[in-house]
Amino acid sequence: MTRNPQNGLLGRIDGDVAGILLLAALLVVVLPLGLDIFRLNMVGKYLTYAFVALGLVLCWGSAGILSLGQGIFFGIGGYCMAMFLKLEASSPEATKIQSTPGIPDFMDWNQLTALPWFWEPFHSLTFSIVAVVAVPALLAFIVGLAMFKRRVGGVYFAIITQAFAAILTILIVGQQGYTGGINGITDLRTLKGWDIRTDEAKLVLYFVNAALLIGCILLCLYVRRSKLGRILVALRDKEDRVRFSGYDVANFKIFVFCFAAALSAVGGAMFTLQVGFMSPSFVGIVPSIEMVIYCAVGGRLSLLGAVYGTLLVNWAKTMLSESFPELWLFAMGALFIGVVMVFPNGLAGLYQQYIAPRLRRPTVGRTTIPAAAPIIPPHTAAD
Amino acid sequence: MFEGYSLAELGSIFAMQGFAGLILFSVFVLMALGLAIIFGQMGVINMAHGEFMILGAYVTYLCSNFISSTAPALFPAYFFIAMILAFVASGALGMLVEWGMIRFLYRRPLDTLLATWGLSLILQQVFRSVFGAREVGVVLPDWLMGSVAVTDTIEVPINGLFVMALTMAITVVIYAVMFRSRWGQGVRAVMQNRTMAGAVGINTEKVDRYTFGLGCGIAGVAGSAFTMVGSTGPTSGQLYIVDTFLVVVFGGAQSLVGTIASAFTISQAQSTMEFFLSGSTAKVLTLLTVVVILMLRPQGLFVLKVRR
Repeated sequence: MTRNPQNGLLGRIDGDVAGILLLAALLVVVLPLGLDIFRLNMVGKYLTYAFVALGLVLCWGSAGILSLGQGIFFGIGGYCMAMFLKLEASSPEATKIQSTPGIPDFMDWNQLTALPWFWEPFHSLTFSIVAVVAVPALLAFIVGLAMFKRRVGGVYFAIITQAFAAILTILIVGQQGYTGGINGITDLRTLKGWDIRTDEAKLVLYFVNAALLIGCILLCLYVRRSKLGRILVALRDKEDRVRFSGYDVANFKIFVFCFAAALSAVGGAMFTLQVGFMSPSFVGIVPSIEMVIYCAVGGRLSLLGAVYGTLLVNWAKTMLSESFPELWLFAMGALFIGVVMVFPNGLAGLYQQYIAPRLRRPTVGRTTIPAAAPIIPPHTAAD
Repeated sequence: MFEGYSLAELGSIFAMQGFAGLILFSVFVLMALGLAIIFGQMGVINMAHGEFMILGAYVTYLCSNFISSTAPALFPAYFFIAMILAFVASGALGMLVEWGMIRFLYRRPLDTLLATWGLSLILQQVFRSVFGAREVGVVLPDWLMGSVAVTDTIEVPINGLFVMALTMAITVVIYAVMFRSRWGQGVRAVMQNRTMAGAVGINTEKVDRYTFGLGCGIAGVAGSAFTMVGSTGPTSGQLYIVDTFLVVVFGGAQSLVGTIASAFTISQAQSTMEFFLSGSTAKVLTLLTVVVILMLRPQGLFVLKVRR
């Protein structure tokens, strides 16, 4: 993380870009050729979590803010998309057997007779796409403003974001008539008349998703390379010094939290498109904290590592739950403990420690990457 | 919200719901006390706290089965034996966990959070493998069954009264241990200034281990009490963990009095609202209020003033 801009800047750029190209080749060429459409759709689903993991790399890895509520933003993004698709699937012709035609089926089951006001704007695709990014970012802004301006951070922030995840889940499950309840919004069919359930559509969506992911990685890379990125690292390691240097620390934290929220939301929207439904089971405490482990396994400091970590954990989850369902929780628990105690920088850390030096031994002036267990300022550790 | 109820009925409703709230309060207090010791005093986030509680509940379940089949004469008193066993089992596991895991992570609270979450997943699966996924309940001895009629419209269940009495007793014991004994003085000294405490000859590592064990042990007792008012399943602990953390944070992390006060406020608000609104709305409103208050007053209700 501590990138030395004088020496090795060129080498680092090459390394990062090469890594991204490699990932792009894997996602766009190797996987589509090697997997059938069912498995490819599954990889597409995993990749939507990678958006969340990317956000966490910036938010948690770079800036040291652990949010245990990324599922909130993933869910809101997904729900915004699902609301648009659901409205399109509930045209008056398609729902004429209902007592109130033209509203989503679950509303009809819950004796609603008119579309709630907050559903109205979701008739428009443009609005929905803007909402996918804007609503979570706005929520993150409000939460961030309230917390970071009052210098709430660390574990308190983690617990409160977790509480928000719990609140939102209870709200969605409880307000069945407005949100579809525990089942979520299901039975989504078309996007502007284009059937998203066909194999062909799934293939197209997979490529869109992969392209978006690469785009987001580049964007994150840009943020991390910028001065902003360096300030984030500085405030993670010595917040007070950054503050005394005249920066408003809270604003940077709010920005990175909103940015991570928006990324998660894009992932959520792509999830809805590829999987065809959205439910509160992707919002709550358990999925939110699982998303943190994707990032942690890949390496909380590495953008590419987070993507690989997400793929790996989800692949392992699918494999294990298909064949040994009872082993999965053990494996997951062991992952949490192992990643924290044995390799805190995840796969990327292992790569940088063992493989990278062998790959480019001749390179002169390469700065070693310090073991970056996130440094906790002594005063937060002591209270 | 209040339409259709006469004044007397409203009084009874508030009394009954208030009592239901008091039972919830007892469970909260027992869970939160353990957590307040571990989180407030040690700064460790133990996400597996709920599982330590459930371990206590399962110990009680085993104990009740064992005693009713081998020594039925002891059955009326089995609960006290079970409680001690639950304390020992959870406390011993807690000390083991502290020794194997937590002590390496004291300076990384966020990582402790993730590691203990992993531990909680493992424990849940262990419970599921050993006891099955179905919820289990214990048979209460006769003297705990039934209820006391206070007035014509107000009745209070005896097991609830017992749990409340138990909570009070445990709270007093913990208060005495933490604030009146030499050992508790050592604990507080270590938490307030680890380096100085070590310098004056306190074995800080040992204090850490026993403190963590004590917190987990109390969770075990909480689980034991929990079996009297609800049934136990492998994931029951997870349902309470966020609520409990909010209770502790809301009360002010380092203050045991604050923990009790906030447990009281939250449980009463929730159970009173539950009668008039739906359960989920009541829960959402309670949690939202707590979170908003925490945003306005991040240090919690009660603050322990310590010079650093």
